[in-house]
Order: sequence, then structure tokens, then C-alpha cells
Amino acid sequence: MKEQIAKIKAEALAAFEGTQAAADLDALRVKYLGKKGELTAVLKQMGSLSAEERPQMGALVNEVKASLEAALEEQARKLEAAAMEARLKLEAVDVTVPGKAPHLGHKHPMYIALDEIKEIFVGMGFTVLDGPEIELAELNFDRLNAEEGHPSRDWSDTFYFDEDSRVMLRSQTSPMQVRAMDTMPLPIRMVAPGRVYRKDEVDATHSPMFHQVEGMVIDKGVTMADLKGTLTTVAQRLFGEGIRTRFRPHHFPFTEPSCEMDVQCHKCGGAGCPTCKGEGWIELLGAGMIHPHVLEMAGIDPEVWSGWAFGFGLERTAMSRFKIDDLRLIFENDVRFLEQF
Amino acid sequence: MKLSRKWLNEFTPINASDKEFDEAMTLSGSKVEVTEVQGEEIKNVVVGRVLSMERHPNSDHMWICQVDVGQDEPVQIVTGAQNVKVNDLVPVAKDNSWLPGGVHITRGNLRGEKSKGMLCSFAELGLEQRDFPTAYPDGIWILSDDPELTDLAVGQDIRQAVGLDDHVVDFEITPNRPDCLSVIGLAREVSATFGVPCTLHEPVVKGGADGVLAELLDVETPDADLVPRYTARMVRNVKIAPSPKWMRERLRAMGVRPINNIVDITNYVMLEYGQPMHAFDYRYVSGGRIIVRRAQEGEKLTTLDGKEHTLNANHLVIADEGRAVGLAGIMGGLNSEIVEDTVDVVFESACFDGTCIRKGALALGMRTEASAKFEKGLDPMNTLPAVNRACELVEMLGAGQVVDGVIDILNNVPQPWTVTMDPEKVNALLGTDIPAVEMYQLLKRVSIETEAGDFPNGPAPMVIPSYRGDVRRLADLAEEVARFHGYNNIPSTLMRGQTTQGGYSQEQKLEQDLGRVCRACGCDEIITYSFISPTYYDKINWPADYEGRKSFKILNPLGEDTSIMRTTVLPSMLDILTRNYNYRNKSVRLYEVGRVYGLGGEDGLAVERKILSLGAYGEDMDFFTLKGIVEAIMADLRAADVHFEGPRGVPSDASYHPGRCATVWAGGTCLGVFGQIHPLVAKNYGVDAELYCAELSLEALMAAKGPRPEYTPLPKFPAVTRDIAVVCDEAVTVGALEKAIRKGAKGLLKEAALFDIYRGKGVDEGKKSVAFNLILRADDRSLTAEEADEDVKSILETLKSELGAVLR
Repeated sequence: MKEQIAKIKAEALAAFEGTQAAADLDALRVKYLGKKGELTAVLKQMGSLSAEERPQMGALVNEVKASLEAALEEQARKLEAAAMEARLKLEAVDVTVPGKAPHLGHKHPMYIALDEIKEIFVGMGFTVLDGPEIELAELNFDRLNAEEGHPSRDWSDTFYFDEDSRVMLRSQTSPMQVRAMDTMPLPIRMVAPGRVYRKDEVDATHSPMFHQVEGMVIDKGVTMADLKGTLTTVAQRLFGEGIRTRFRPHHFPFTEPSCEMDVQCHKCGGAGCPTCKGEGWIELLGAGMIHPHVLEMAGIDPEVWSGWAFGFGLERTAMSRFKIDDLRLIFENDVRFLEQF
Repeated sequence: MKLSRKWLNEFTPINASDKEFDEAMTLSGSKVEVTEVQGEEIKNVVVGRVLSMERHPNSDHMWICQVDVGQDEPVQIVTGAQNVKVNDLVPVAKDNSWLPGGVHITRGNLRGEKSKGMLCSFAELGLEQRDFPTAYPDGIWILSDDPELTDLAVGQDIRQAVGLDDHVVDFEITPNRPDCLSVIGLAREVSATFGVPCTLHEPVVKGGADGVLAELLDVETPDADLVPRYTARMVRNVKIAPSPKWMRERLRAMGVRPINNIVDITNYVMLEYGQPMHAFDYRYVSGGRIIVRRAQEGEKLTTLDGKEHTLNANHLVIADEGRAVGLAGIMGGLNSEIVEDTVDVVFESACFDGTCIRKGALALGMRTEASAKFEKGLDPMNTLPAVNRACELVEMLGAGQVVDGVIDILNNVPQPWTVTMDPEKVNALLGTDIPAVEMYQLLKRVSIETEAGDFPNGPAPMVIPSYRGDVRRLADLAEEVARFHGYNNIPSTLMRGQTTQGGYSQEQKLEQDLGRVCRACGCDEIITYSFISPTYYDKINWPADYEGRKSFKILNPLGEDTSIMRTTVLPSMLDILTRNYNYRNKSVRLYEVGRVYGLGGEDGLAVERKILSLGAYGEDMDFFTLKGIVEAIMADLRAADVHFEGPRGVPSDASYHPGRCATVWAGGTCLGVFGQIHPLVAKNYGVDAELYCAELSLEALMAAKGPRPEYTPLPKFPAVTRDIAVVCDEAVTVGALEKAIRKGAKGLLKEAALFDIYRGKGVDEGKKSVAFNLILRADDRSLTAEEADEDVKSILETLKSELGAVLR
């Protein structure tokens, strides 16, 4: 009987080890350990043993049973691990196959630049204003010291809607200065981006419609030093902390003193290159202290209040920011262009 | 404005390098565009003396010359020119030399004879006959034949030898400084910038020609308001000849072609003083009378450029008793031109009204150097010195004899004015701390001084020079102080003062939100022109009599295509879709927040409204995809009571496919229209594909924007789902079915989602089967099947009674 048990054990262990599938293992469990299994059959013969042999044999059977169960479990674990491995192998993908990206739309590069600019000013307490594009010549010109006879009022330069040259397409965002002075309580800090129109034929650097960003500050004790400090900060936020600026005297009818601000050429760092026409500087914007007469016309006493204003072309800023070399691309709206940004 | 550095040095001698000069001038307000170095392209070309010449053994026309170029050994040069003689001084381009246009001269072999360079003509040096009128045009330039070329030395650089070594600075002059459109004006600025003296010259005229001016010439200015000042002098016994080399050289440097001594003098004075001058032939001034008047309607005049003009009362002319002889301030008349046999000349040095000249020149399309100056408003005090300078030059050049006296009509000459300087206020404006005395010293640099010429410690009235019409108040003085103190020496300070809140308006935030959703839906942002062609309304099928066509019309457009302000964004979007389609870009989705411009705004202005426009085409686009984007926008807005209907029956619906066009509503407000573009409209754009567009009013979207969301507790009890399929007539819409379902539900229905529409086998012709997934739930208990069934039963009854839809 002992031999019989040993034989069953050896057979069973060999059989367990040879299984490839969980189902086969289950069948073997039944075959050896089940109610009608071989080991049970041996137990049934116990009755024919002597009282001395019986406990001994009982212990042996239990021992074999336990070791077979352990072996079964071990084999089951092995099979499970092998199955998982096989499954993972099967499920493996070629990670270089392109992903399935949802198609996201793109913001127009010019508005990317504009949003950055607006954010900078909003952070400094400026209000963003919107205003009409069909504007009174009075606000676009007269209220800004460009009286009757000023060359920019010519029909060759500006679009008009009536013979009296009264209603026009604004040629600059500067009338927003006047509108702000007329409607906002003092002190004022505002920026007003928008479309402007001039009678220029379309080419690589001109368009009859383009965008400007106007800005204005009016407060007590505002100085040209504030203008310089603020606009330099803006340039640094836009083009990097290290960027240098310089201010040159210039002329605008509605500011005095007037200036233009240049930034150091981003391409050559100031040494002079074709991008900056050898000058080392690139003109960024026009600015100045608000002309006292402009304040007076808005009913603001220049003896009490002072202010500064600036304006710049958005297209040029965006073009230099993204190294776009032809203005026509901006208005062409080819998605192959738009989706680069 | 160009400036010859050589000419400048006559008034304000300055040694600065080009770089130093350009930077300093730019930073004091006279922006330098570029500095042209004359003869820059010419390298290694010298004056040479021909020592010997012999015939080329293998040529019947070439010569072998031995030329002394100032080196130890003469060089051998072969030339084909026939006008060279032994001992002549000629320009020699040596071996490895450069000529204008990038021409590189190297040693070579001409029919077996070595040639170490080239003898040059003046044309090869980039010069013209006008520059050297006596030079032989069709051969080598014989320098020694020109009596004006003195002090020539063998081996001397040719540029220096012939006066081709000036540096010419091109300035951008701002319109407030017409005085800087002259050598003298710029000399003053250079003087102020570098703090070196500017020495001006007082013209001296000997005079003494026969005749009494008052008897010879009479000037009338009936339109006095257009002629602030008219000054004239006369020159007799004129000998027309080329002007001298030094004058030609300066004219050439400043970009003016030399013509003859009298014409050159007028140009020279215009450049030097900034005062346009005109010379005309006295014999053609009938009756010796000059009348400056408005032209008669239809009066004709042929100008010096040979063009005939028909004039009107807006033009100012110089006339004699019978006819116009010149267009005042623009160009002289051909009929009184200075010619070879001109004997007596009238020099006109006048000041005309800037606006009148500008408009006249503009109307005739002939903006000249003179008119460009006049239109900026010239200093009337300049006419007399300028005419005297012209007469002085006549005498200096021996070009004629000047008649004593001057005709000088002063109709409107400004009185000297003062502006009060206040150093404290200037410092307050600039944010500087410049001592008062220093400010007065800076102002003195530009000849703005107190009456006494002192530097007081406080405020003082300043006398402004007549040519500085731009200086009228303290702010202008502040700019002068700042310019010479240096803008870059003004400190940079951060903003002070009362803090302001700043930020975006609700509408601007909405625009940002809409852009974000559109991009998330795969749309690229575009920017389109606000003006369109009136024919675009035809292109989008708008009826001819539709009110919406009434647009703001530009009276002076660039062209038809940009001549009216759009009242709809549709043509702009279709244009861009078409362009992308033609570029074969697949699957395009676009959006723009653009304006439309309606009539009837305040003050004669427009009612400008913003429209969110969407446009798309491609395989992944159909009506319901577009509707999905519109729904996503509505969901992002949290608009309440959003529903969709068919077109409203307005004329603009004609742009859309009648069966694939919808309007979107929030409550009782229509937010906009969307759908497939009418195939005929697509055809008008040459597009053979389904185009989809949406136009949503920003104003309406703003109004429909829902409040900030508030949290509602998540459901605690399970839901019961039921699928129902009902058969109804084709004409019954899904929307109507949904409405009936909601109506029939007894308060347990949480959601009714369409999941299938079926037509075909098992469903009668003209009918359809529509299937919904219903989710029912109570907030306070688990529903029993019976409860749910009761609700569904009620829903089915309502569907049947209201729409005739029966359970399939």
C-alpha cells in the first residue's frame, strides 16, 4: 500500500508538471484528489489494515495529499503567469505608430501676439477697450490736433463715406484716446487694440486694413520717465528680460514731447544685420506725453493732469515675433499657415 | 532729405565718423535712414599718366600704353580707345580693382599682349555727361583736358581727384520740421546736437545792372491769403552755361541733376535754404507784370515736364497779363523756361499757402520737390535771404548782372512770438531733475533764448526763431530740452499714482471663451477684411431688393472688391473656405469673431455688431457635426432653454440649403443661423463640395449666457432605463417627439436620448421608426418597475394622442 501511495504521488507530480492549461490541471485534481480520485480510493482500502498500520498510513496519505495540493497550487500559479505573459505579448503594440490626436484648432498668430500684449497691460491695471471702426473725422483727426489740411486727412490716404469727409474708416486707434477721455473717469489706464484702415495697396508689407494697439495713461504727476519705464517693461515682457530699448525724438500731432521706441535687434543683438537694416535696432512703437491741447479739448486741465500714450502696429510685432516675412500671409488664412502656430 | 557732409562742413564743421554722426543725429530727433558713401564701389582706381603708346602688333585699332600710376614701375595697359595721347592724365583701374556695378578688373591678355588694368571713361566710373559737361563721351576720360580738374597728381585716388568722395546722409524729417528740409536747417541741428558752432553766411549782392526794378517788373497778388509773401529779383545779360564743378558736385551729391547755371542756382538755393525758387525768362512775362492768382476754370498750362494741364480755381498760377506762366509752388511753365538764349531772368522766391499747394499738386498728380516743401508750411522770413543768395551766386558765377532792389510783397508774415519757459514744470513733465540754467543752455543751442540772452533760475519768456513754427507752448520747449538732454538720459520709472483695476469687459471675456471652444472643436482662427464688393451679395444669393444689402459705401475705395463695409460675414468666410479648398487643403474648420456694419448708428456712424462665424468642409463635416459644434458652444455658455428650429424665412436664408439650415434659440431669442451653404452659392464660389457655415450674434450669445453653475447632489438611487421605439409619420420631427415624451412623463424622466431612426422593411412607406433610451429615476427612493412602467405608459399615450406615434 505504501508503494501504491508513493507511486500515485510520483505519477501525480509528473502529471501536474506536464500540464499546459488550467483545465487540464483541474482534471488532474479530480483524478488524484477528487472524491473518486486515486488517493481517495487508497483511503478506502484502509479498512483492510491493522490498527497499528492505520494511523501511520493515514498520516502518510494526508502528507501526500498536502504535498499534491501544494504542487497543484504551484503549477496553477505557473500556468497563470505564463498565460498573462502570453497575453501581454499578444497585446503589445508598435509604439511608433502615430497616435490618434483629437484635432485642436489654432489661434491666429496675430491674436496670439495681441493676447500676450493685452495680458501684460491688464496685469498693470489697464482696461481693454473696444471702439467703432467707422469713426468721425472729428475724433480721428481734429481732436488729435490734426486739423483741416493735415496731409493724413487726404482722400488719397484715408477712406471716407461722405463728401464732407465727416465719417471715415479710422486710420489709427488713437480716436480711442479721445473716446476714453470723454467717457472714462480719471485716472485712466487703457489699451485699445483694433482694426485700422489706410489707402495702401496690398503688398508684402502693406495692407489697406491692419491692426494697431493704442494705450493711454492719464493721472496726476505722470511723467515721461513713467512712459519710458512702463514701455521698457512691456518690451522686456514681450521680447525677453535682456532686451534693450532706446527712445528717439519723433513727431506726432497729439503728443509732445513725442518719441519712438526701438528694441535691440533680436537677430544680431545690436551688431547690425539685414533684419535691422544694419542699425542694430528695430522700431517698435510711437509714444509721447499727451499734448496739452488734446487734454484741453477733452475738458481735462493739463495743469492738473498729465498723461502719456502710445500706439503700435500689431502685424509688424507679430511678424517679427514669429519671423513671418510677408504680410499677405496674415490675411490669406491658409490653414497650412495657421496650423503652424 | 539728403545732406552732403562736405556741404554741411561749410556751416557746421564736424569730424564724426558716419556711425557716430548717424547715431547722434538719430537720437536728437533727425533720424538717419542711410548714409551713402560716394564712390564706395570704386576701389583701386587712380590717376595715371600715359608715358608712351605703341600700336598693338596683332590689332589694327588697339594701343599698348605704358602708364605711370605712381608706382616704381609703369604698368602696361592695352586700350581700344582712340582719344588718348601721350602725357594725358587718365583714370586707371589697376589690376584687381573694382568699378560701380560690381565690375572687377584684373590683369589679362589682349591678343597676346599683357594688360595690367584698364583706362576708364567717366561712364565706367558711374558718372554722367552732366557731371562733367566738357568730357569726351565716347572714349577714355582725359582728366588733363578738363580745366576744372586742378591739382591732379599721378597715383591719386580717382574718387578724390574728381570729387566723388562725399558722404551723403539721408534723413527722415518729421512733418513738424520743414526747416530741416535744407542744408542750413540741418546744419543748425548738427550744431545743436554736437554742441559746435554753426556759422551762417549773409548773402552780399553787388547789383548795378541797367534799369530800375520797379519799372521793369510789377507783381500783384490778388489772392493775398494764398500768398503770404512774394519776393523777386531780376538778373540781366545772362550767359547760360554749365555751372562750375563744385556746384555740380554738390547738386549731384544731393540727388539733383545739373542743367545750367541759372537753373542750378535755383536748385542750389532750394537745397541750401529750403526755399523753393523759380527762374523764368523775362521776355515771356508779357507787360512785365506778374500776377499770382487762382487759375480760371479750364485754363490750360503746359509745365516744364511737357505735360499739359487743365486747371481750375483750386490751383494757384503765376501769370502775366495774358496767360499763366507757371503753377505756383509746383512747377514752372514751359512757355517761360530758361533756354540757351535767355537774356533777362526773374528769380521768384515766394511763400505760398501749404494746403493750397498740396491739394493742387495732389489733384494734378505731380508732387514735386518744391510742392513737397510748400505743403509743410515754409517760413516766410526765408524768401529774402534766399533770393539774395541766388543773386549772389549769379554774380559769383559770372552768370549775369543783378538789378538793384527787391520786389517784396508781405501779405501775411508772422509776428515774432515768445513762449514762457518754466524749468520746474518741464522737470515735472519729463520726470527729470535738470537744473534751470542747463535747460536754458540747451535751448540756446537751438537759438531759443530770452530777450536778454541770459540763463535765469526761474520761468522766463523765450523768443522763438521764425523758422520754428512748431514751438508754440511749454510742451514744445520741454521736447527741445529733452532732445538735447538726451531721451535716453531721462530716467525710467515704474508707474505710480492711484491704482486702477483694469481688465477685460464681459464681452471680451465671452470672445475669449468662444475662441477657446471653437479651437477645442478643431476650428482655426482667421482674420478677414471688413470691406467687400457689393457683388458679393449676389454671390451669396441675397435677393436684389433685400434690405440687408444697404451698406456703408466707401467713396474713395482702393477697388471694387474693398468698396463697401460688409453687413454679413458670410462672403468673407466663404472666400477663405474657397481659398483653402483651391489649395487642396482637406477637412478645414475655421472661425472668426468679425464685425458687420449696419446703417443707422449714432452721429451718422455705423451700428457695429460682432458675429461669431464658423466655416467648414471636408469628409468629417456634415450638418450634425456642425450642429454639434453649435451645441458645444451653447453648453459652454450654459445657455438656458436652447432649442433648434428651421430657417426663419428671412431673405438671407437664400444663402443656405433650404433643407439643411437651422436656427438656434435660447428661449425666445434667435442666436443665429447655421447649416449647409446652398449648392448654388457654393457653385458661385467655384466649390464642388458641401460647405458649412454658422453665423451667431455675439450680442445674443452674451444675453443668453447662463449664470455660474451651482452644485446639484449626485443621484443616490439607481435609475431604471427603458428603450422605446415608436412609428410615426415622416413629417413628425424628432424634436416634436422629444417634446411629447417630456410632456407625457410624470416627473421621473431624467433623460430621453435618441438612439435610432429606422425606415424600411417592417415600417410602412411614409413612416419611420424612432427609438429612444429613457432614463427614469426618483431622487428619494429606488424606483420599482411598476412605477417606471406607469411613466412610460403615460409617455406612450401622449406620443400617440399628440403625434399619432405608436409603439412598434
